[in-house]
Amino acid sequence: MSIPHLLVHDKRDNVGVVVVEGLTAGTEMLCVVTEDNSDFSLVVNDDVPIGHKVALADLSDGDTAIKYGQDIGRIVDTVATGSHVHTHNLKTKRW
Amino acid sequence: MSTPSTFYGYRRENGRVGVRNYVAILPVDDISNAACEAVTSNIQGTIALPHAYGRLQFGEDLDLHFRTMIGTGSNPNIAACVVIGIEPGWTKRIVDGIAETGKPVAGFSIEQNGDIETIARASRQAKDFVHQTSGQQREECDLSEIWVSAKCGESDTTTGLASCPAVGNLYDKLIPTGIYGVFGETSEITGAEHLCAARAVTPEIGEKFMRTFQAYQDEVIEPFKTSDLSDSQPTKGNIEGGLTTIEEKAMGNLEKIGKEVSYVDVLGPAEAPAAGPGLYFMDSSSAAAECVTLMAAAGYTVHVFPTGQGNIVGNPIIPVVKLTGNPRTVRTMSEHIDVDVSGVIRREMTISDAGDALIDMMVETANGRLTAAEALGHKEFVMTKLYRSA
Repeated sequence: MSIPHLLVHDKRDNVGVVVVEGLTAGTEMLCVVTEDNSDFSLVVNDDVPIGHKVALADLSDGDTAIKYGQDIGRIVDTVATGSHVHTHNLKTKRW
Repeated sequence: MSTPSTFYGYRRENGRVGVRNYVAILPVDDISNAACEAVTSNIQGTIALPHAYGRLQFGEDLDLHFRTMIGTGSNPNIAACVVIGIEPGWTKRIVDGIAETGKPVAGFSIEQNGDIETIARASRQAKDFVHQTSGQQREECDLSEIWVSAKCGESDTTTGLASCPAVGNLYDKLIPTGIYGVFGETSEITGAEHLCAARAVTPEIGEKFMRTFQAYQDEVIEPFKTSDLSDSQPTKGNIEGGLTTIEEKAMGNLEKIGKEVSYVDVLGPAEAPAAGPGLYFMDSSSAAAECVTLMAAAGYTVHVFPTGQGNIVGNPIIPVVKLTGNPRTVRTMSEHIDVDVSGVIRREMTISDAGDALIDMMVETANGRLTAAEALGHKEFVMTKLYRSA
């Protein structure tokens, strides 16, 4: 298998993790779900650094971000599929 | 690949096995650091363990101070220990605690002697201890006699994908063989506490975990927080590495306990495990040096430390084995990394491969190989303090 651009922990997740350096907007990413080794492709909308997250679905203010199949916080903006997800549009539900 | 079944360590008087053979010079309190460092300067083969506390502490915080001091001196990686304090009472209390292990230990106090006389007497004792212990030979020991602690630092999203699961794989493979393990970082379970509680060996231990977890929220976080803790927990480095929320960080942290093992008890900070071999949870800060210091004081002898962005922590008495799954960190900070598991995110290496590579490095380290942190001189010894002194 080719080296993936994006890894997804769980099939239920709506965000994935960029695992290559220098990823630029417009790249068609090879995305692999580590749970079952299934893969899909997705075009990334932004330049996203290694380790940062990308939305796998269109998300809206108030939606829950899912990673590891678990709740990792609240989306606080409109986020299009393929866009960067980080502190500007995702907040903790705790503290 | 087969897992090694033995390693070469130092058998101690109480039956425990050390992987290092230090003569420690342990200060009871902050103002005795200078004398301890002077002894270390006089006598080669000794290590001083300077720290910031030990005066006017009281109650639970004082109990933790003594537990950490006695536990540190009692760690099997220490062959013999010289204790120096400002006055004889608390000095003797620590000496007596360490003496229960049967190892050589002696105490010196500074009041009515002064630094110079104390340093001279302690140096003669330290020299005797070096001669007594430096010729001890390593002997072959069963792998189950290693006590392995785990805590991650400067995590990023690759820690949850690669390096923390590698530690989990180590525990899944070695806990059933009878080793002692431990994980902690109480605040860093926030958002995954329901999953952590479910991994306890019984519902009662799960409830004990939840009480400990909730107390940290109620007593440490809630009264003092002025924001959502962003930049502190998760840290600036975590956020740079792509982690956004504490919930996300907690999920990655919990990957360190693998898929199969259950923890058998919940320990207080620096508390030695007493429920037999197995995995334990320790109530502890998520700050690297504090957490590793507490785990070493509980008797753990080798630490495995996943990092994403490149935490460089070491410890003066237990070797800290660093692993990372982040290829940028491997490239930019290679001198700090003992095990490169970045093949996991390229799908070139399985989690089981990464666990095997970590086990191999842990055994080599136990046999005497210096870790990156040891070679670079990282000796962060940081006491946990629960509240202000009187």
